[in-house]
Parts: sequence; structure tokens; C-alpha cells
Amino acid sequence: MPQRKLVVIGNGMAGVRALEELFKLTPDLYDVTVFGAEPHPNYNRILLSPVLAGEQTLDDIILHPLQWYEDHGIKLHLDKHVVSVDRRLRRVVAKDGTEASYDRLLIATGSKPFILPVPGKALSGVITYRDIADTQHMIDAAKSHKHAVVIGGGLLGLEAANGLMLRGMDVTVVHIAAWLMERQLDGVAAQLLQRSLEARGLKFRIGAHTQALVGDADGGNGGHVQSIRFADGTELPADLVVMAAGVHPNTELAEKTGIHCKRGIVVTDTMQTVTDPRVYAVGECASHRGIAYGLVAPLFEQGKVVANHLAEVGIERYLGSQLSTKLKVTGIDLFSAGEFMGGEGCEDIVLSDPFGGIYKKLVLRGDKLVGACLYGDTVDGSHYFQLIREGHSVTDRRDRLMFGPACTAEVGQVLAQTQGGAP
Amino acid sequence: MNTAMANQTTRATCPYCGTGCGVLIETQATPQGRKIIHVRGDPDHPANFGRLCTKGSTLHLTASDTVTQQARLLQPMKRTQRGQDPQPMPWDAALDEAADRLADIVRRHGPQAVGFYGSGQLLTEDYYVLNKLVKGLLGTNNLDTNSRLCMSSAVAGYKATLGSDAPPTCYEDVDHARTLFITGSNTAWAHPILFRRIEDAKRARPEMKLIVVDPRRTETAEMADLHLAILPGTDVALYNGMLHILARDGLLDMAFVQRHTHGFEDLMALLHDFTPEAVARTCGIAQTDLATAARWFGDHTPTLSLYCQGLNQSSSGTDKNAALINLHLATGQIGQPGAGPFSLTGQPNAMGGREVGGMANLLSAHRDLGKPEDRAEVAAFWGLPEVPAQPGLTAVEMFEAAARGEIKALWIACTNPAQSLPDQATVRKALAMAEFVVVQEAFATTATCQHADLLLPASTWGEKDGTVTNSERRISRVRAAVAPAGEARHDWAIFTALGRRLEARLPERTAGYLPGTATLFPYTSPESIWNEHRDSTRGRDLDITGLSYALLDTAGPQQWPMPQGASQGTARLYTDGRFPTPDGRARFAALRCQPVHEPRDQRFPFSLNTGRLRDQWHGMSRTGTLGRLFGHVAEPTLDMHPADMARMGVQNGDLVQVQSRRGQLIAPVQADDGLAPMQTYMAMHWGQEALSGLDSHGRPVPGVNSLTDPTFCPKSKQPELKHAAVRIQPAALPWRLVGVASLPADQALAVREQLKPWMAAFAFASCVLFGREGEGDANAAAAQVGVLLRTGHSEAPGASAVRQIEDMLTMGGMGGTDVLRYDDPSRGQHRAMRLQRGSDGTRLRAFVLAGNIAAETWLRPLLQDALRVDALGHALLQPDREPQGGTKPRGKQVCTCFNVSETDIAGAMGACPMDADIGMRLALVQGALKCGTNCGSCLPAVRKLVQQPL
Repeated sequence: MPQRKLVVIGNGMAGVRALEELFKLTPDLYDVTVFGAEPHPNYNRILLSPVLAGEQTLDDIILHPLQWYEDHGIKLHLDKHVVSVDRRLRRVVAKDGTEASYDRLLIATGSKPFILPVPGKALSGVITYRDIADTQHMIDAAKSHKHAVVIGGGLLGLEAANGLMLRGMDVTVVHIAAWLMERQLDGVAAQLLQRSLEARGLKFRIGAHTQALVGDADGGNGGHVQSIRFADGTELPADLVVMAAGVHPNTELAEKTGIHCKRGIVVTDTMQTVTDPRVYAVGECASHRGIAYGLVAPLFEQGKVVANHLAEVGIERYLGSQLSTKLKVTGIDLFSAGEFMGGEGCEDIVLSDPFGGIYKKLVLRGDKLVGACLYGDTVDGSHYFQLIREGHSVTDRRDRLMFGPACTAEVGQVLAQTQGGAP
Repeated sequence: MNTAMANQTTRATCPYCGTGCGVLIETQATPQGRKIIHVRGDPDHPANFGRLCTKGSTLHLTASDTVTQQARLLQPMKRTQRGQDPQPMPWDAALDEAADRLADIVRRHGPQAVGFYGSGQLLTEDYYVLNKLVKGLLGTNNLDTNSRLCMSSAVAGYKATLGSDAPPTCYEDVDHARTLFITGSNTAWAHPILFRRIEDAKRARPEMKLIVVDPRRTETAEMADLHLAILPGTDVALYNGMLHILARDGLLDMAFVQRHTHGFEDLMALLHDFTPEAVARTCGIAQTDLATAARWFGDHTPTLSLYCQGLNQSSSGTDKNAALINLHLATGQIGQPGAGPFSLTGQPNAMGGREVGGMANLLSAHRDLGKPEDRAEVAAFWGLPEVPAQPGLTAVEMFEAAARGEIKALWIACTNPAQSLPDQATVRKALAMAEFVVVQEAFATTATCQHADLLLPASTWGEKDGTVTNSERRISRVRAAVAPAGEARHDWAIFTALGRRLEARLPERTAGYLPGTATLFPYTSPESIWNEHRDSTRGRDLDITGLSYALLDTAGPQQWPMPQGASQGTARLYTDGRFPTPDGRARFAALRCQPVHEPRDQRFPFSLNTGRLRDQWHGMSRTGTLGRLFGHVAEPTLDMHPADMARMGVQNGDLVQVQSRRGQLIAPVQADDGLAPMQTYMAMHWGQEALSGLDSHGRPVPGVNSLTDPTFCPKSKQPELKHAAVRIQPAALPWRLVGVASLPADQALAVREQLKPWMAAFAFASCVLFGREGEGDANAAAAQVGVLLRTGHSEAPGASAVRQIEDMLTMGGMGGTDVLRYDDPSRGQHRAMRLQRGSDGTRLRAFVLAGNIAAETWLRPLLQDALRVDALGHALLQPDREPQGGTKPRGKQVCTCFNVSETDIAGAMGACPMDADIGMRLALVQGALKCGTNCGSCLPAVRKLVQQPL
């Protein structure tokens, strides 16, 4: 049987993970071509923060060395930006003219950072935080510059800020929402997080509206960034500004190709685009049931489904993911999953230990655990995540739920010791 | 500072029970004035020879600055609207207002519209001025006191048989008696120092027989050679039955009967019906026990009877007293060492109050209100044309009249009727209906204070100066060791100031004064009052004209009578067989046994008995300020026989609803196999301050006396506090809250006051203290004092209510950071832990469990024993009853003085040799733990524990 051709646009975690899954099912069904816009083999983008923080090296975070591509007979086009897809001829073309034709096309172009539409956004020294190049830029900037401003107090922004601080910069996080990581934390946990980060030396401007970035030339309109100005008129010195105010699905190519996009490439439960069944999309660029996921776990789940269909097994469906988050700042334990904000029809169970810096919130709907937000002690995070995903009734263990799977026995032991050592 | 110069010792008496122990109050000079720093028993006082009980030996702690600042009423206060917080006002304005309003009411409605309700804790001098104010100036006999709840049946019983209200005996008789007949008294708890004397006597003379008659197997009964657990209310049948046997067996002293008594034949005729079979059946005891009791009483003499509220608080209390005295008269067991009917007084100066005639049916110096010549004597003595003849309203009657609107002004001094009177629904109605309610009080924390329009701060123990008379007619001087706290004034001074103001406002009364009487209130000192009182006793049975303050100072406390010329007081009365009746003979009382007023029936199948605890006193306004006095009994409970509990399906700590015909309350149930089946018991101390909740009418539950029966003995007017028929059922209150907080000593009482309004937010609530105070203010920091709140409700209240209670008990975390919390608001589950982190580890200082409170079982020992909780972290919040591994709680406290628990004693028992006898075990246990070696109040309990198998 002649080999069919599979082209993957995007050499990131979603696309390559889909290939891995595919090879598990059928190593030889496709002749695979991969286009990557970055000059690197697939690396763990999530671990850019530890690299920035100096806790890991770039080599540490490579997931698939070039040898892996070779071993699987993949035609790898690095540093090649695909600019067009001809769906009639089933052919993709890169900026440098490289072409590849396909029987099946997998779009995994990921997301693009959101650039704040403010004056000065294009100044030198104003960057985003997305890839190895950005990371390297920040590492270099930290050597020569002093004042960093990170716009965005989400997961990525805080990790960037922490890394820059560890590299010696004076860092202020500017966040427009009422509390940090508002998509992953409730207000209480965010307060704890902020206090903990402040104790480490980070500064915060919460609820601040950025009005402009001011350069050192052309009356502030050009040159290198030197300060950030807020709507209330105050200014902060800034010789490095990192835009980490969110991402949006990178659908530029898909749209150009005529594939239906709506806040992401719209896909079905089989990860096929609704426009063209030969074309699949996974990862941050895909919009499934209205959601474009920005975290790694859904990408893996989507990869599994798309591989199943590419392998012509055809029995898996993707039904959406429950999300869980961890902040990769050493010493800060934070976990959230599911509907951690609760709301209508939900019941919260809260444990707080302000002195110990611990806060845990479990959200139930009816008899099921549907969300969790943990700060300071995330040991039971995976336990809760599993309960959330399984969706079984927790009525019989509701009162002990907060104390994790093995609490009771521990208390007994500790008490016995306490009594023994009593004065 | 030279402490020897600075410290002073003052002789006074204990303000608790009627034993009347002498105390030595040690004070220290400070820049703010003298402070009480210690108290010890007066070795020279004949009531106690240096001993003090748990309550007496902690008196100095109740006079500490921390208690004074938090619990005392320190300035006059006025409540412009009932239910609101009272506002301070100056003394002069307060007294003017009081006098204006009283005078106005007297003018509009007559003097019968005014009622004064005093206390057996007032000193004789206070009482005397009060009596003169009400009966002399105002012209009404509406003056009664809480002695009505205590001793009036004893008074009426003595008068009906012996002719005078005078216990003919003395404490020394305990040392001479060969049979002690304790009936209706848990002496071990209610009169501990007298009980120490009984223990000594039993030790010295093991052949002495101790009979205890009590429906409950009390600690007193535990020590008895014979315990007669009679059915409630059958006392008269028992005494008649004993007399029947004594007559049958020829054990009566017919010579005495013939020479010194009257009415024997009538009594004998009646006794035919009281056969041993019938009496044993009526009383629910064995015939052999009845026969043994009779034999010991009549044939193992001398016989001394000791009795108290078991006889008095009864709808036939006078008959019970009289029937007991019959036994003494018929056997001649009176007027000789070791013999006689000895009524134990409940209060420190109920006797003194009776001496000055400070009751609605009494006149000065044991004069009779019903006799015109007695009234004329008193009127002349006071310089008045007359004193009113119509008997005044007694305690229960007075409040019933007020509830009907007939009493317009209620003046309450030194007592807490909103706690202590039976049928609290009526009492509350009375306090609401009265136009003008004045409360003259030392403590601001009593339930009655909540109902006052005017609050007048009175001096109290350690501050007061005067005299008291104890159970054995012994008059002791009470001397002030310190100045009154804040703006407090002495009760006699308040009455004097009020009297003078009323004289100015009631010219129609003063116009009638006999020539030479400018004022009824010329007093400048307690001694000037007492001297007038002394003069009023001349020629009376209680003649004390031979006594003076000076003599009391030099010769010490004296027993009346002590007429002019006598060199000392009188130890025993009627030694010559002559009684103060017209013919000099004592009267037999031929009495049938009246059943309790409210027999158990199908609707109300249980008996409810009330009475004292060992370490609390009355409404706890004083004892309730000390955590350590909650060590013996920590919380209000309804005690039941275990078999009744099993049948009802309830266990220790479960909430039960107790309902009588008058009211209801909810309380935790506690097994007590010393109770007979279908009989229950609740301590009299648990008023609204400690045990409350919200009743079905949306009103606060007033504590134990919401249930009790106001029906009184027709002769003594003393209500039947010791029996009510009740029904009991498990209370369906699934939502529970328990809050336990160790607090700084200077805030614990204040926090308890803050919590009080919250008690009415739940169907059931109790609030008590725990812990051990440091000795003196200097050691306040070492104190471990705390508050324990317990509530139950049918459903979870709002989360904010729980949060406010949490904040009060955790003190908002003292900054907020060291409070662990668990909240599941939709299920009403909340838990909060306040931790204190120190260099020697982390300790649990407060916790609140709401919803499920099972974890209390292991959390409470962690807190109360101040164990380290470092390793537990937020596992402290977990809900389970018994974490694996378990805790070893210290167990019930036995010895309050040395803080020794049952567990400690069991541990020390482990070190005893297997062949150790009881005495040796006791010696070894006491050697190791010191329990019972200070005040000895716990000795009965310790002895019981060491008797358990090794």
C-alpha cells in the first residue's frame, strides 16, 4: 500500500505529541513532513520559565532531538514558516518556497502573544514571552538592564517576572484585573500568592491600566523603552517590557486558507476542521466547542484523539478537557482545576491557614467535585483533579475531602507522638 | 518594698454556705489601694479551725482585679429603655431617682405596691436597715428574701414544734453523736467543711453510725453505713415509720415525752397507719433498712440529725421538718451533747436575716407579726406609732403579684431572682410588668441585671463590714480588707441613703414619728446599726445584750443567746427541757405524708430534682468567675439513670429536651447510676447565664428554673424546688457548635459576656469557663482560663453568625494570621483553630467546631492540657471523632486544689502494691498527687476511686 502523506504545520508540543501518539498506533501509515517556524527541534515550552530562572538549560528542555525525527523518517523543515495552503491541490508552501503535499494536514500553529495596543508597543526593549528566542532575549537583557516591567499577572507573566528577578532585575508586574492569575485563582489564593511573591522581591501594580510605553528617542516615541506610563499619570522606569497579557490562537494561515475560524480553528470532536475533513487542528490554535485551550494537558488529550483518527482507528472522540494549573515558581505551590471559581449552583468548601500560607478551595456541584483551587499545599491536587475528571459522587466522603486521601491515619500518628512528648 | 509592712491580714468570714467559716484575708498595699492577694482558713474560728473548701479557698481569686474589672458592677447605671444597654450615672442622681419613683408609686398605689427582695447573703446590719426601711418607713411587710427558697420551712418547723426559730445544736455535737442522721442534705458538697468534721468523727469513732436519707446516692450517701434512697417527697412517711418502730420496740424516752412535750397521743394515734410494710412501700426502701435506721436512731444515741434543702424545698417542707423533730422529741434526743435536730443553713447569713426579722412574716428579734403586742414593741422601739400587721408577700407571691401588675416597684438586693426563683416564666413576666425595677448588686453579670431600670453597685466579700450568723447560731464579725471596688457602696449605706431621701419625700409618713425620732436612719457605721439590733433582742430567745463588737473582736465569734452578764455564748439550747412555748413544752406534730405537688404521670413521667454542686454556689455570680471551679463539673447536664438513657436511646452528651408544665429547656444528658430510674437531676446553678437557648415562644430559656414548681408549703411559703414532673425526649438538633478558647485572664469573662446574647440565637446553648487562674494578679499571665460555648440548633444558622462567634472566641486571631479555618457553608460545617506559636512549640488556644463537633473529643484535651500541636497543621481541622492512635484525655477533674484527674489517680493506683488496703492506697495516692490534702472537698471522691480494684 502506498504511503499516505501527512503534513504537520507546527513543530511544537501539540503537533509532535500527536505524531508520537500516531506512531504508537501505526508507525508506517504516513510519510510525515513537519514544518517548524523556530530553528529548534521540539522542546518543552512550559519549561522556558525554569530556563529563564536559570534552573534549567535549553538542552534540558529539548523533548525530541533531531535524531528522533530521523528515526521516525520525518522530513523536518526547521525555521520554515508556512505561508500558504492549497487545499485543492493539497499542498503547503513555506516562505522560502519549500513545498509539501499532503493527504492529511495537521495544523498545530499554536498561539500568538497578545500585544497591548498602546503607543510604544514596538519600541526596542519591548518583547513578548513565547519561545526560546524571547527567553534568550530576556536572559541577555537582564545582564545589561535594570528595570523590568512585565505586563500581565497571569501564569506566564509571573513566571517571566520571577525569572527576571532571579536574574537580578528589579521587576514590577502590571496587572489590569482585580487579582493575579484571575483565570486560575480566586481572590484569596491570589492574595496569598501576591504576598509570597512580594516577599521574594517582586513588585505589583494591580488594577493598573497601561497608557503608553515611553522610549528614549523621538520625544518618547522611538528608541529603547525607558518607562511605562499608566492611565492615572504615574510612571515607572522600564528598560525591559515583557508583554505577557495573554495569547490568542494563531489562525492566520488557516484563515488565509479559508478554514472556518472563530477564536481558533473550529474543530469537531474528532479534531477535524469543520471546513475540510482532511485538515485537522490541535493545540492552542484549535477551538473545540468554543474553547481554545492554552495549557498542555488538553493538547495531549487532543493529540491522542487526532492520532486515533489519522491512524484510521476512528473510535476516539475529544469531549473537552478539565484544566489544572500549576505555577512553575520554585517554592510556590499552587494548583487549580475545573470550576475553581464556583458560582451559581456550586458549593464551596474552604480551608485557610493564613499563617502557614495555605488556602484550599474545593467546589462542588450537586454531589460531584467540579473544581479545586489550592495554594501552599498542592499535594492532593492530582487526587482532586482525578475526582473532578472522574465525576463520581463524593457525598460519602465530602467531610473528609479537604483532608486528602490519607489524612486520618496521619493525624492519629502525630497525636500519639504529641501525647508522648507532652510536657 | 518591705512586704511585711505592706501586707495585712484581715479576719472575716466566707460568703458562701451557712457553715460560716472564718477566713484570713491577706492584702497588699499597691499604688491603687490595698488588693486582696490571698485567703486562708482562720485557725481560730470554731466553724472551721483553719479549713476551707474549694470555694472558700479560691475567694481571693474572685476578688482579683481581672474579675473586678470584667464582672463587677462598678458604678450606678440607668437603663432608659428596657432591653438597651444601661448608662452610668452619679450616685446622688441615682438615689434621687430611686426615691422619687418609689415615693411616687407609694403615693399613687399605696405601700403594698412596693416589694423588696433581699438575700441571705446580706449582713445582719444591711438586713436591719432594709427591714426598718420597708416595714417602718414605707409601712408594708412586702420584704422577703431568697432565704424563703432556703430556710423558711426549717424556721416554720422549729417554731411549730420547739416554739422558736433556733437550731438547738452546735457543730461540736458531731464529735459526740453516736448516730448521725443526715436527711435531705448532700453535706459532702453543700457544707464541705462540716463534712470534714463528720469524716474526722467517723475516723476517730468508727462505731458512729452514719445514716443518709437521699433519693440520690450522693457522695455523702457513699460514706453512709446505711443509705435510704427514699422516693421523693416521702420523708414524713419515713420519719413516722421510724417512730412507729421505735414505739413498738419500746425505744422512746417516755419520761422526756411526759415532762417536756405536748401532743404525743395524737401523734401515736396517727402512727398506727405507718406500719413498716406500708412505709417501706411508700418510701421505696427495704423494711430491714427502715428498721435499722429506727434502731440506730433510738438505740445508738446520742443522735444528731443534719438536714437541709431536701426537707425545706418542698410543698410540705414544714411538715417534713416537724416530723423529723418528732423523732428527736420522742426519743429525748435534744438538749444534750451529740443530740438534736440541726438544720444546716444554705446561706452565710440567712440566720442573721431571720434574727432581725427581715422576712415578710417576721418581725425584729424573732417577734411575731401576728401578735399585736410584738408589733407594738417593735413600733415603740423604732419610734413609730405602728408597724403594719398584714403579712407581706413572700418571694414567690411577690413575683406572682408583680406579674399580675399589683406590685409596681421591685427592689432586688444581693440576689438573682431571674436565676433562682422557680417558674421563671412568671418571674420574667413580673420583671417586665413592674414599672420600676432596681437591682442593687455587686456583679454586673447576673441575669436579673438585664431587667433593671436602675443598677446600684454594692460592696461585696472582702469589702464589707458587719456581722453574720451561721448554722449553729454563731455570730462572727465580717471585716473589710479592702475598699469597695469602683463606686460600690455598702448595702446598709445604700438603704440608709435611700431611707433618708424617702423620709424627705414622704412627709405623711414622717409626720407620725413618735417624739424624739428625727429619722429612722441615724446610722454612721455598721456597729451603730448592730447596737440598735442588739437592743431589740433584749429578753428575747436570741438575746445578745451581753455581746458587743468589741467582745467579738477579743473573744471571737459567739453563739446566741448571750444575754447581758453572760461570759460566753450558748452552745446548746433546751438543755433543761424547757422550750420557748407558753407552757414550756415542745409540741409534737401529728402529720400525714403529703405527696409531692406534681406526682409523675403519663404525660410527665420523670421526677426532676435540683440541688448543689460541690464547687459552685447559688447562681454562680461569684464562683462562676473562676475557671477552676468548673473543673469538678464542667458543663450543665441533665443527669439520668443509665437504664432510662438506654431506653430512650441517648448517650452521654446527647441533647435532650426537658419539659415541665411551666417551661422547657434543652441540655446534654449525663448518666448517673446514683439516681433511681425515672428520677433526674439538674444542678440549681445553671441559670440563663450558663444554660439557655431559645424557647418555642422565641424567648430566652431562663435555665433550670424554667422547669421548677413554684407551689409552696402553705405554712412556710417555701416552694418545691426539689421536685417537678417532667417529660424528656431526645432533642432533634443535628446542628451543633462547640467553641473552646483559652483567653487572657483579663478578657475571658468579658468574652463570656459578649457571647451571652448569642445564647438565645440557638435552641440550646450553654456557656461556662474552664482552666486555672494564676494566684493573684501578678500571676495573671500564668493563668490558663477559658470559655466554653456549646450550642445546638435544628438547622445551621447563617455563616456570618458562626463567623462572629468564631471571632469572639479566637479574638479575631489576635491579628488574624494564626487562625486555621475550614468552611463548608452550604452544609453548615465550620471549624476554626487559633494557634499560638512560641519558642517552645505551637499550641491550640481556641477552636470552634460548627456542624459536626465530633473532633471535640480529641481537640479539647489538646487545648486544655496545652499540648503541642506543631506537627498537626491543618489536620487539626479534620472532622473525625477519634483519630487513629487516639488521645489520652486527662479525664474528669477530682481535686480542684491540685488539679488532679481521675486518670491521674488511676495512674497512681497502678503503683500501689496489690495487697495495699484502702487506707494505704489513699496514703500512697495522696503522697503522689496531694489530692484532697488541702481543702479535702474531694476526699469522698478520692476515697471512692481508691476503693476500686487494683
